[in-house]
Amino acid sequence: MTFTIPIDNGDALKNAEADSQRTLYPYVTGTSIVAIKYKDGVLMASDMGGSYGSTLRYKNIERVKAIGKHSLLGASGEISDFQEILRYLDELVLNDNMWDDGNSLGPKEVHNYLTRVMYNRRNKFNPLWNTLVLGGVKNGEIYLGMVSMIGVSFEDNHVATGFGNHLARPILRDEWRADLSFEDGVKLLEKCMRVLLYRDRSAINKLQIAKITEEGVTVSQPYSLKTFWEFQAFHNPTAGAQGSW
Amino acid sequence: MSSIGTGYDLSVTTFSPDGRVFQIEYAAKAVDNSGTVVGIKCKDGIVMGVEKLIASKMMLPRSNRRIHSVHRHAGMAVAGLAADGRQIVARAKSEARSYESVYGDAVPVKELSERVASYVHLCTLYWWLRPFGCGVILGGYDKDGPQLYMIEPSGISYRYFGAAIGKGKQAAKTEIEKLKLSEMTCKEGVIEVAKIIYKLHDEAKDKAFELEMSWICEDSKREHQKVPDDLLEEAKTAAKTALEEMDAD
Repeated sequence: MTFTIPIDNGDALKNAEADSQRTLYPYVTGTSIVAIKYKDGVLMASDMGGSYGSTLRYKNIERVKAIGKHSLLGASGEISDFQEILRYLDELVLNDNMWDDGNSLGPKEVHNYLTRVMYNRRNKFNPLWNTLVLGGVKNGEIYLGMVSMIGVSFEDNHVATGFGNHLARPILRDEWRADLSFEDGVKLLEKCMRVLLYRDRSAINKLQIAKITEEGVTVSQPYSLKTFWEFQAFHNPTAGAQGSW
Repeated sequence: MSSIGTGYDLSVTTFSPDGRVFQIEYAAKAVDNSGTVVGIKCKDGIVMGVEKLIASKMMLPRSNRRIHSVHRHAGMAVAGLAADGRQIVARAKSEARSYESVYGDAVPVKELSERVASYVHLCTLYWWLRPFGCGVILGGYDKDGPQLYMIEPSGISYRYFGAAIGKGKQAAKTEIEKLKLSEMTCKEGVIEVAKIIYKLHDEAKDKAFELEMSWICEDSKREHQKVPDDLLEEAKTAAKTALEEMDAD
């Protein structure tokens, strides 16, 4: 998928390297992230796949990471840009810790920082090709937000990126409640992830669910969902096809 | 020992006839006027303590930090001119950050001390700069275990088992030499450092002081952090008791 930028680079002869420095298209991408607020905090689910175009090249990529003590960051899109963002955040958290003044960066602050970074890169026509999901809990306040590669940023009770927006959010709109228990929250997320597994070609059946509460972060071990492929309609898929050769 | 370097002490780029650079020696005197800073290397980590002389009763306790984290695994205790110290800490943080950015791993403590020493030395080479008026004790924990370095205003940096700078450094060094550091854990080390600082604090000359301590050891997950409050209180009590026992004899 090519993305050409209609920019009049007046001295393209002199600035031969200028265009090669800009992000034009992503290479290794992660698919959807689905996240919900629940009773004690935030739950975030992602699979562990990294696609190289249409090839599912990497199957052990962690796309959800803990940031500081109070936040979780999930990313879909270009994996190398996600790694770069993690490096920026690592420096941010380290500097915050070195003050040693009892304060620590909360999810709202991290979300704001990421929004600034993404928007400024977009303004230079050199985006970090990610949609980021930022969730966390600080001082009892549960926070969940999202930033896209063009810097669009908002908070909500449930968010999803990529295909998740189209397939998971309708389910969440119907079935999400503010007082979901941990078990119910996981069940809801698994329901969404199963639909994505069936319908998103870049999803793989190896997912992780991360939880963040006031106590801290836990990221589950990778596991698989049970799937069912014995639906009647799939048994003889070409039965209804007319004139196919 | 204190010789007047008349005529040869106006610039850091002038040697005296007997081969000394007086400006650097004067810079070291600035360090000797500050509160004592002690650092020891125990068998499982580093402990650093500072005798923070309180200039005014108006100052908030726990303000004016003298011990700073330079990275996750390393910290610096500063003696001498505070503003100069801030500059050195900032430079150390920057060097540690850039090393990790380029090489992908936490900066080895030896490398960091060499970089900081180079920087301090730099300011002794040009007439338009003045030497830093502060000495620094750098403690860190890397793949080679816990290490303690001391960097002087001249730019010299050595690795130590125990080091002290500031007013009471002679007395502190004597006390440190009495300790069996290779058998001591950091928890015990914290108490010993507190005892040393309380012992050599001169009640007559300087009135109040605040004890600031930090450590890097297995208990702190090899990260540089303030000594936890309960252990610090325990150390202070033990130090005060030891003083009273001494006075009693």
